[in-house]
Amino acid sequence: MKTAATLEVAPDQIYRDLQHAARQRLTGEKEEPLVMVGTATCGRAAGALDTLAAFKEEIVRRHLSVRVREVGCLGDCYLEPMVIIQKPGYPPFIYGEVDEGKARRLVADFLVNDDPCLEFAMAALEPNDIFPTLADYPRGFYEQRVITELCGIIDPTEIDQYLDHEGYAALARALSMDPGEVVAQVKESKLRGRGGAGFPTGLKWETCRKAPGTPKYVICNADEGDPGAFMDRALLESNPHQVLEGLLIAAYAVGASQGYIYVRAEYPLAVERLKTALDQARQRGLLGENILGSGFSLDLAVFQGSGAFVCGEETALIASLEGRPGIPSHRPPFPAVSGLYGQPTVINNVKTLSYVPHILRQGPDWFRGIGTTDSPGTAVFALAGKVANTGMVEVPMGTTLRRLVFDVGGGIKDGKEFKAVLIGGPSGGCLPETALDLAIDFDSLQQAGAMMGSGGLVVLDADDCMVEIARFFLEFTQKESCGKCTFCRLGTKQMLEILTDITKGRGKPEDLTLLWELAGDVKAGSLCGLGKTAPNPVLSTLRHFRHEYEVHIDEGRCPARMCQDLITYYIVPQKCTKLCNVCVGSCPAEAVYTRPDGIKAINQELCIKCNNCLVTCPPEHQAVVKISPPSPAEGA
Amino acid sequence: MAAKVKITIDGREIEASPGDRLLWAALDSGIYIPHLCGIREENHPPASCRLCFVEIAGMPNPVTSCTQPVTAGMVVYTRSSQVDRLVRRGFQLLLSAYHLRCGECPKNHTCEIRRIAKERGLKLRVKDLRPLDRDLPVDASAGDFVYDPNRCVLCGQCAWACRHRAGVGILGFVRRGMERRIATFGEAPILASGCTRCGECVKACPAGGLTFQKEASG
Repeated sequence: MKTAATLEVAPDQIYRDLQHAARQRLTGEKEEPLVMVGTATCGRAAGALDTLAAFKEEIVRRHLSVRVREVGCLGDCYLEPMVIIQKPGYPPFIYGEVDEGKARRLVADFLVNDDPCLEFAMAALEPNDIFPTLADYPRGFYEQRVITELCGIIDPTEIDQYLDHEGYAALARALSMDPGEVVAQVKESKLRGRGGAGFPTGLKWETCRKAPGTPKYVICNADEGDPGAFMDRALLESNPHQVLEGLLIAAYAVGASQGYIYVRAEYPLAVERLKTALDQARQRGLLGENILGSGFSLDLAVFQGSGAFVCGEETALIASLEGRPGIPSHRPPFPAVSGLYGQPTVINNVKTLSYVPHILRQGPDWFRGIGTTDSPGTAVFALAGKVANTGMVEVPMGTTLRRLVFDVGGGIKDGKEFKAVLIGGPSGGCLPETALDLAIDFDSLQQAGAMMGSGGLVVLDADDCMVEIARFFLEFTQKESCGKCTFCRLGTKQMLEILTDITKGRGKPEDLTLLWELAGDVKAGSLCGLGKTAPNPVLSTLRHFRHEYEVHIDEGRCPARMCQDLITYYIVPQKCTKLCNVCVGSCPAEAVYTRPDGIKAINQELCIKCNNCLVTCPPEHQAVVKISPPSPAEGA
Repeated sequence: MAAKVKITIDGREIEASPGDRLLWAALDSGIYIPHLCGIREENHPPASCRLCFVEIAGMPNPVTSCTQPVTAGMVVYTRSSQVDRLVRRGFQLLLSAYHLRCGECPKNHTCEIRRIAKERGLKLRVKDLRPLDRDLPVDASAGDFVYDPNRCVLCGQCAWACRHRAGVGILGFVRRGMERRIATFGEAPILASGCTRCGECVKACPAGGLTFQKEASG
C-alpha cells in the first residue's frame, strides 16, 4: 500500500474536488423553492407517499418550478407525515401531520402565495424572527444531534447532499493518516459499541488490526430486531452514507479488504437506499479500487438476513453470512481474531459506525466532551409506549430518565400516571419510578438491572400489567431462541409456562421462587447473549413489582386490568344512557344487549373481551368498566 | 507437542498438555465432569449441553470445561454451590423434555444420563418443572436401530459421528428453538436418506435417542 506521502495527489485534494463538483451541482437548487417529504418507513406508514403524490400533482397542475425531494426521518414519529418547505425569503419550516389536503393547501397558500400556513407548522429549521425553532422546544433543547443531525433534512438517495455537508471528509482525512493512528483516535475517543453491550470500539479494532491473517473483514450489523427499536432503520433510511463512511474508515483502520452490511430483509427500504448509496459511492471513487487515490481498496456488499433475532448476535451473524444456520457459537475466539471464514473480522453496529466519521472529523476530545466520562457521546433512543411524543431522539449520555420521558418525550400520554420504563427491549429491564433520576449510560443501566441494549425505550403507565409485559417479552425471546443450548431452549420455555399460568390466574405461590431461580440460572448458564439477557425483564419486574405478581397469584386479580383471563367487562347501569347504542353495534360477539329497561348489559358467556365496547362508549358516559378479579355474576 | 503442565483439579495435581480442553484433561485423569455434547476431536466444541461447568480460581463465574483450554498452574473445582446449582438445573431442564422410561430403554445400563444422576446424586424424576415431553414419531426405518427424538438430548454426537467417523453425513440439526431436532435432509426416514447402517451414530449417542434393535430385544 502506498503511503500518503508518496502519492501524487493527496486523498484530501481529490476529496475537495469531489465536494466542489457536488456543490456546483447543488447551487441552482438552493435558490429554488424546495419541498422535502419524509418518506422513511415510519413516514410511509403514516401516509407520506400520498402526501408526496399530492405535492407533486399540485405542483405540476399549477406549473410551478418547485423541486420535491424525498428525505428520511426527523425522528418525531407522532407528527408523521412530516414535510419541510424551503422557500427563498423564509426560513425553512417543518410541518407535521401533513395529509393530502394540507399538502394541497401548502402549495396553494405558501408556494403560490406567501402565507406559510404557520398554523400547521411545527418549527423552523433555522433561527428567525417569526417562528420558534426546534431548539425552542424541550425536545430540541435537551437533544444533541450528532448521528441523527442530517436525518430528515438531506436526500438519502443523493450523495451530493452528503458531500455538501462535509460527508466523506473524515474518510479523506483517515486515508491520509496511518491506519494505526486512526485506531488510536477511535480508542482515545472512548467510543463504546452501540449494539448494546458497550464494548470499547477502539479496542475491538486494535485486536483485529493486530490479529494475524489476511484477508480481514468488516461487517456492519444492521440486524435490528428488538420489538420497538427502529433507530438503525431510521439511520439507514435517512443517511446511509454516514454508515458507509464509518465502515470504510473501520476497514482502512483494521486493514480489511472486503465488507458486508448485514441488514434484516424486513427493512426493504433500508436495503434499497443502501444499495443506491453503494452505487453512488462506487461511481465517485469512494468505494472499490484505490479509494480517493490512496491505494486503499475495499468493496462492500449488502447481505439480507432472513428474520432471525439471534442473528444480531455476532457469531450467529457470521454463521448466517457464511451460509450456515444462524446459530451462535462459543466465544472466544472472538470475531476480531477469528470471524468470517475464520479471518479477523470487525463487527460494529450501525450507530457505532455512524459516530466514526464525526470522531475523525472533530477529534476524540470533542467526542469525550459529550456525555459521561466512561460512556462518552450521545445515545439514540426509540421512545415508544405511553409517552406523548414518540419517536427517535438523541441525547447526551448521562441524561436522566426523567428528562428523557417528561421533557424530551413530553410526559405520559393522556396525562396518566407513570409506572415504569422498559429499556433495552427483550434483553433489558423494567425500571420503576424510583429510577427516574438515574443518569443513563452503559454502566448505570447495567447496575440498575436493565441494559442499554439497542436503545428501545418503552414507557409504561398504570394500564400496563408488569407480569404481562414480562410474559410478552419472554415469549418473544423464547420464540427467537435458536434452540442450541439447554438453558435458553428449555429454561425460557419453562419460565414462559410459569408466566403464562400467572397471567391466566393459574399461578401458585411457589411459582415465584422457581421463576426467580430459573431466571438466574438461565442468565448464568446460557451460551450466548440472547439467553444471558432473556431473563432480564422477568428479573427486573420481579424485583421492582413483585406485589403485582403476588396479587395475580393470591387474589386472582390483575391490578392493571390487562390480563384478559382475570377481568370481566361490565356496564355500570347508573352511567349507561338508554339513548345510545354504540356498544351494542361495536360488539363482534353479540354479547352486549339491551335490557328491557333500555340499559345495556353484557352476556359474560359470549364476551370475548375485545375491548370494543369500552372504546366506543362515549367519553361523557364512560359506562363500560373492566373489573378484576373477574366476576361472572356482574351484568348477567 | 508442548511439554505437559501441572494443574490442580479438586485439590489433586494432574498433568495435562497446555491448550488441551480442560474437560478431557480431567476425564483422562479419572476426574468425572458431567458432559453430553463434548467431542474430543472437535476444535470448536458446540458447548450446547451446558453440563460441564467448573469453577476456575480467578474467574468470577463457572465456565464450561469443554471450551476452556488448560493453562499452567490453573486451579479448578468441579464442585461448588454455583456449579452444582447450574448442573442440577441444566440436567433437570433436559429431563423435563425427555421421555424417561428407563425400564423400557435399551440403553438403560450404559446411559450417560443415568451416570450423571449417579455421579452427582441427582434425581431422574423432575418435580418442580413442567413436563415438556413432545410425542414425536419414532423412526425405525433403518431396521438395525431406532431413532426416538423424544429421548434425544440434542447433543449432536450422532451427527458428528455420521459425518466424521462414518463419512456419510446424513444427520444434522433442523428447525429452531423448542422444535430443534436431529433429522435427515427434509426430515425423511433415515433409511431413505442414504444411511449405510454402520451404527456409528448409535454408538455415539449418550442417551436413548438412538438404540440398536438387538439391545431392545435382548
